[in-house]
Amino acid sequence: MSLPLFQAILFYVFGGLALLGALVTVGQRNPTYSAFALIVTLVSLSAVFGLLGSPFIAALQVVVYAGAIMVLFLFVLMLLAVKREERIQGESRAFKLVAISIAAVLAAEVGYALTAAPRAMAGRFDASARQVAVLLFSPRYLYVFEATSILILAALVGAIALAKREPHP
Amino acid sequence: MSPQLLQHALLLSLALFVVGATGVFLRRNVITVFMCIELMLNAVNLAFIAFSRASGTLDGEVLVFFVLTVAAAEAAVGLAIIISIHRHKDTLDLDAFNIMKW
Amino acid sequence: MILSPLQQEIAISVVKVLILFNALLGLFSLMTYVERRLLAFMQFRLGPNRTGPFGILQPVADGIKLFFKEEVTPEGANRWLFVAAPAIAVVTAFLAVAVVPYGGTVTLPRFGWMPDWLEGRPVVLQISDLDVGVLFLFAVSSLGVYGIVTAGWAANNKYTLIGGLRSSAQMFSYELALGLSWVTLIMVAGSFRIRDIVDSQAGWLWHWNAIRQLPAFAIFLVAATAEVNRTPFDLPEAETELVAGFHTEYSSMRFALLQMAEYVNMITASAVGANLFFGGWHSGIPGLPSSPLWFIVKMFGFLFFFIWLRGTLPRFRYDQLMHFGWKVLVPLAMLWIFVAATLIVVRHS
Repeated sequence: MSLPLFQAILFYVFGGLALLGALVTVGQRNPTYSAFALIVTLVSLSAVFGLLGSPFIAALQVVVYAGAIMVLFLFVLMLLAVKREERIQGESRAFKLVAISIAAVLAAEVGYALTAAPRAMAGRFDASARQVAVLLFSPRYLYVFEATSILILAALVGAIALAKREPHP
Repeated sequence: MSPQLLQHALLLSLALFVVGATGVFLRRNVITVFMCIELMLNAVNLAFIAFSRASGTLDGEVLVFFVLTVAAAEAAVGLAIIISIHRHKDTLDLDAFNIMKW
Repeated sequence: MILSPLQQEIAISVVKVLILFNALLGLFSLMTYVERRLLAFMQFRLGPNRTGPFGILQPVADGIKLFFKEEVTPEGANRWLFVAAPAIAVVTAFLAVAVVPYGGTVTLPRFGWMPDWLEGRPVVLQISDLDVGVLFLFAVSSLGVYGIVTAGWAANNKYTLIGGLRSSAQMFSYELALGLSWVTLIMVAGSFRIRDIVDSQAGWLWHWNAIRQLPAFAIFLVAATAEVNRTPFDLPEAETELVAGFHTEYSSMRFALLQMAEYVNMITASAVGANLFFGGWHSGIPGLPSSPLWFIVKMFGFLFFFIWLRGTLPRFRYDQLMHFGWKVLVPLAMLWIFVAATLIVVRHS
């Protein structure tokens, strides 16, 4: 087994798992199952990131996305006790067809654009945490980084303010 | 590290994005639509990482870091909004929130 | 047979995984016995002493009993998730051991009958030495929340749902403090690899992070105990509260799996604590050679400490727990990071 074959197998396994999870997320009627399928997708994508040579972002993806954001989703789903989505009669069939055809056109266009020109791969690639940090704290991205912290503070305050129950008079 | 891998990664990203977009069009439950949006964000993250790998620079990684952060903030506020609209109408069906339609 | 270097690495890793997996299973059984005995002695009673000499076969008896118990699935329970929840809990518990090192590098001795590529080969006593080892631990403990929240929800029972949500909220609140306590260790060692953090504690006893970075160690102790759902933070699963918390509806093997997940989490937390704060396999004295035995001794010290806590302290009420996690521990951890960073900068300039 040579190295590229091993990588190819891993990529197909995790990529296939990610795509399968995505299809279940979109197709499943019960939102809780969709949430679990999305978690599977996120973790498989993290594996793909690792395959592409970015261990730091792979770990962060699991910690932030699969470990925090999806927990939040699951909490809301379980506390609101969401039911299965019911089929409605009438206009759904034509609407679905239009939606899927638009998606197919999008896929064809972007697919063509992505695969038309062969791309070269760079030789050296060091995406360790240290290198990413060096770039993150360089003057190019430092202000954006600080601005993101203010964004998170705003989101924190906003989420609390929005979800707070009005005190009953 | 072959160009094939980059090609396949970009195609996977496209597939995930298209699946997410279809979900946003078709689903009626607000939380499912939100999850499809997160799926699209992840597809874009994958594209960023793939291109970063191809070009050898790390700007893609840093941008993914920011997308991750912004997605977290957006999820928090979005779910808080969903909780409040559920409190208002006791349903999560998007078609029920149409009082601003002409 | 001729194996490519990649296949050789894979073969050695498979052997390491098998050894470590079985060692964990054995340690889990041992811990159930040791905990009951030690707790009993602390509570001035005897504990299990009938099955086998000194009750040493008690885990075997427990295993046989749990194996033959009837598997009850509550009516209206979500069948897939009900079955999947213990599996998720166990998988995430075992996954964390993949990055925990338990020794330096051993060179396989030359026996003469082993294949060429094994003779005299240096083997690292760790399944995978990830560049982002500490982040991997953080990621896997974040995933551990799902086992509990799924178990609580899938049983179609109001009380297990509340217990599961409480337990998972507790877990991810203290995870934050846990992660923050590791930041100063990473800053001092300059790397995310657990092996580098262990090696930064080589030398004398006072180089250990438990002494050099005492606030981080204190925060880690509290956060790890809460993370593993041990007393005094075990309100969500205590027998006298909320029936039995999130694992009320589980019986037989699924319950055994949930217990296994909890004990393996405890063992992993002890192993990580021994590595990150007590110098891992380094003996505290430069003259004495370092060996995995030191690591095992330190890990057992941590495990004894967890059992000791259980026998001594009363539980926290849930709101006290959340208040402590968010309003005391996280600000303290951030304050310590600030202080430590200042000290590092001052020392380097």
